[in-house]
Amino acid sequence: MADKLSKIEKRTAYALILPAILLVFSIILFPIFANIWISFKEVELKDIRIPEPRAKKIIKSIPEDPTKLIIVYKLRNSSLLENITDVKLKDKLPANIEFINIDPRCNFKSRTLFCSFGEWKAKYRENLEFIIYNVNGNSIDKNSLKSKKPKLSGKADNILLTTNFTLNNFKKVFFKNDFKDLLLTTFYFTFFGTLGAIIFGVLAAQLVNQKFSGRTFMRSILLFPYVGPVVALAYTWTLLLDPNSGTLNAILIKFQILDQPINLLGQKYLTFQFLGIDLKLRLALTTVIFFEIWRYFPLAFLFVLARLQAIPKDLYEAADVDGAGPLNKFFNITLPQITAIISILFMIRFIWNFNKFEDIFLLTGGASGTRTLPINVYEQGFAISNIGMGSAVSMVIVLILIIFMISYFKLIGKKANEL
Amino acid sequence: MNYKSILIYLIISTLYLLTLKLVWIILSVLQGLELTNITLETNLILGLSLSLLSILFGNKINLLIKNLGLSLVFTYVFYVINNVTPLWFYFGIFSIYFLFLNNIRNYDLKYLNQPHVIEKVTFKYITLFGIVFFSLVILFPFYIMLVTSFKTQASLLMNPLDFSLDFTKDFKEFFKSYIVVFKTYNFSRYILTSTIVSVGTVAITLLFAIPAAYAVARLNFFGKTFLSTSILIIYMFPAIVLVIPLYTIFSQLGLRNSISGLLIVYTATTLPVAIYMLQGYFKSIPKEIEDAALIDGHNWFGIILKIIIPLSLPAIASVALYVFMIAWNEFLFSLMFLDNPKTFTLSRAINYLAGDAETPRQFLMAGSVIVTLPILLIFIYFEKYLVGGLTSGSIKG
Repeated sequence: MADKLSKIEKRTAYALILPAILLVFSIILFPIFANIWISFKEVELKDIRIPEPRAKKIIKSIPEDPTKLIIVYKLRNSSLLENITDVKLKDKLPANIEFINIDPRCNFKSRTLFCSFGEWKAKYRENLEFIIYNVNGNSIDKNSLKSKKPKLSGKADNILLTTNFTLNNFKKVFFKNDFKDLLLTTFYFTFFGTLGAIIFGVLAAQLVNQKFSGRTFMRSILLFPYVGPVVALAYTWTLLLDPNSGTLNAILIKFQILDQPINLLGQKYLTFQFLGIDLKLRLALTTVIFFEIWRYFPLAFLFVLARLQAIPKDLYEAADVDGAGPLNKFFNITLPQITAIISILFMIRFIWNFNKFEDIFLLTGGASGTRTLPINVYEQGFAISNIGMGSAVSMVIVLILIIFMISYFKLIGKKANEL
Repeated sequence: MNYKSILIYLIISTLYLLTLKLVWIILSVLQGLELTNITLETNLILGLSLSLLSILFGNKINLLIKNLGLSLVFTYVFYVINNVTPLWFYFGIFSIYFLFLNNIRNYDLKYLNQPHVIEKVTFKYITLFGIVFFSLVILFPFYIMLVTSFKTQASLLMNPLDFSLDFTKDFKEFFKSYIVVFKTYNFSRYILTSTIVSVGTVAITLLFAIPAAYAVARLNFFGKTFLSTSILIIYMFPAIVLVIPLYTIFSQLGLRNSISGLLIVYTATTLPVAIYMLQGYFKSIPKEIEDAALIDGHNWFGIILKIIIPLSLPAIASVALYVFMIAWNEFLFSLMFLDNPKTFTLSRAINYLAGDAETPRQFLMAGSVIVTLPILLIFIYFEKYLVGGLTSGSIKG
C-alpha cells in the first residue's frame, strides 16, 4: 500500500513539475547550449534568415482572346548569399485548363503544375510565363486561379546547423577587442557599484531603524528607485545631467560651484589636482556607477533593515546599562549582527551587477569609457551584427560567472538558504 | 560646564540648518526665483544664534511659544537682511526654522552635560541629515520627471532652472504633453500591450509555478535536491547571455515582434524565482491539514486547489506583484525582440521615442511618467506584499 502510494506520489510530482521544467529548459537551458554552439561559428545577423525559394503568381488577360490567360510566376531566391538546391514548385489549377506552351522543366498532370528547377544561385530571379486556355472554350475565372498559392520547396544550408567550427571569435575577443580594458571597466563598475549600494543601504537601514515621525513614508520612498522602470529613470537622469540644458549643471553654475557645464555622461576622464598630484577620474563611468548605486541601494537597505529589526532589543538595553555610547553600540552590537547578510548581499549583487546591461546602455550606450562586457555582447551581436562574436563575449561572461558561483556556493552557499 | 559639547552641538546644528535652507533655496530657484543676495556668512550667524538661543531658553518657557516666537523673529530678521519678494519663500523659511527648533527641542544646557553627549548629538544629526539627504536624492529625479512633462522644450532650453508651473492655463494646454503622447505617439496601445504582457506573465507563471512549487515542497521524487539547487542556479543566470541565442531561435521561428514571444520569455525567466519563493512558503504550512484532506479522499490537485492556495494567498500575492513588477519594467528582451511599433511595450516605446533626437523632452518625460506611475501606485498600495516579494526574491534584479 505504502509502495503504491509513493509511486502515485512520484507520478503526481512529475506531472506537477513537468510543464515548468519544460518551459524553463527550452527558454533558458537550451539557449545556453545554443550560445556555446554559435560562439564557435562565424555567423552574422543577416545569416540567420533561412534562404527560401519564393514565387508570386500574376495573372494577365489577353485582350484579343478572352478564353486565354497568361500566368506569370515571379521566382526568386530570398537570400542574397546562399544557394538553394533542389527547388520545386507545385501549383493546383482549376478544372478544365490546359497549357499551350510548357517549360521543359515543368509538367502538368491531373490539374497540378509541377516544376523542378534544380539549383538556384543566390539573388536568383526569373519570370516564368505560361499561356493557358479553357478546354470548354469559356472564359477562365481569374479569382479561382488566384485563390491558390503556389507551393515551393528547396534545400538550403542553415548556417546555424552546419558543423564547421572555428576559434576565430574567441581569438578576436581576447586579442583584438581591448579585452583588458573591457574586463577592467566591468570590474570597476561591478565592484564600486556593489560596494556603494551596500554602504548606502546600511546607512539607510540604520536611519529607518530609528524612531522619527514619517518613518513609514521614508521606508516607502527609499524603495522607489528600485521599483520604478529603468527606462524612465535612466532618461530622467540623462536629462538631469545634460551639459547644455540639464538642471544639475544649471544649479551648480548658478551657485558658482562650476564655471562651465560638465558633461557627466559624455566625458571619459576628469583630470584634477589633489595635493599637488594630477589625478585622472573615469568621469562617465563614475556617473554610471552612481546611477547604479542609486537604483540598487534600496535592495541592500531592505535586507539589512530586516536583519536590524530582528536584533533582540535587550542587547541594546544591556549596553545602555553598561554605559556604552551610540558609536560603541553600532560597532559592537549592530555590525557583527549584519556582517553575514552583508557578505551574502555583496556576492549576489556582485554577480548581478557584473551582468548589468540596461542601465549603462540607456545612460551612455557604452560610450566614453563605460563599455562593459554585457554592453560589448550587444555591440558585437547587434550593432556590428556579428552574432558569433557576441556569443563568444557572452561565453566569457558565463565562464567568469561560473567561477563566481562556485566560490559563492563554497563560501556562503549554506547561509543563502537561510535567507 | 561642558563647553566642548556645546561648541560641537552649535557647529553641527548650524550646518544642519544650513542644509535645510540650501535645499529650500534650490527648490525655490527651480521655481524661477533670483536668490543671488543670500550670503553664507549671514546664514551662519543666524544659524549659530538660533541654536544658541534655543539651548539658552531651554525648557524655561512653553515649547510651542518658544518655537513659534523664535521662528517668527528669525524669519523677520532673514527678511530684513535678504529682502526677497514672494511671500511663499518666507513661509518655507519659517517652516524650516520651526522644524529645526522642533528637532532640537530636547537640547538644553543640562542635557549637553551628560556623558556620551557628543556621540548622541552627532548620531541624532546624522539621522536628520540622512532624512534630508535620502529624501532629496531619491525624490528629486522623480520631481524633475513629473514637472518636465508639464513644461515645454523651448522654455526649458531658455531657462533650465525654471520649473514653475502655470496653473492658470486651461486643462488642454496644461496636459498638452500627455494628450500628444496619447494621440500622436499611440501610447494607449503601448499601455494595453504592457498590461497584457505583465498580467499574462503573472497568470502563466502562477499557473506553472504553484504546482511545481508544491511538488518541490511536499512530494518525494527522484532528482528533487538536484532540481531545487538547479532552480537557484538558473535563477542567477543573466539575461544578457540568453539574448543572442533566443534572438536567433525566435527569428527563425517567427516569434520575434510578437506578444506571445515576450510572454514565453518573461514566464520562463520569472518561473525559477516564483517556484523558489512559493516552495519556501508552502513548506511552512502544517502538513496535518493536507493529511486530513487526503483521508477525506481529495487527490493532490484538490489539495492544491482547496487547501494550499487559500492558505498561501499572501505569498501568492507577493509573487504575483513581484513578477508583475519585473514584467512591467523589463527592457532588455523588449529591446531585442520588438522592432515593430505595433508590438511595442511601454518601455520599448519610450526607448524608441528617445532614439529620435527630435522628440521634445516633455513628451519623453510624459511617457516616463505614464510608465512609472502605475507601478509606483501599485507599490504604495500593496507595499506589504511587494516588500515581502522583494525580500524573498529580489536577490535578482
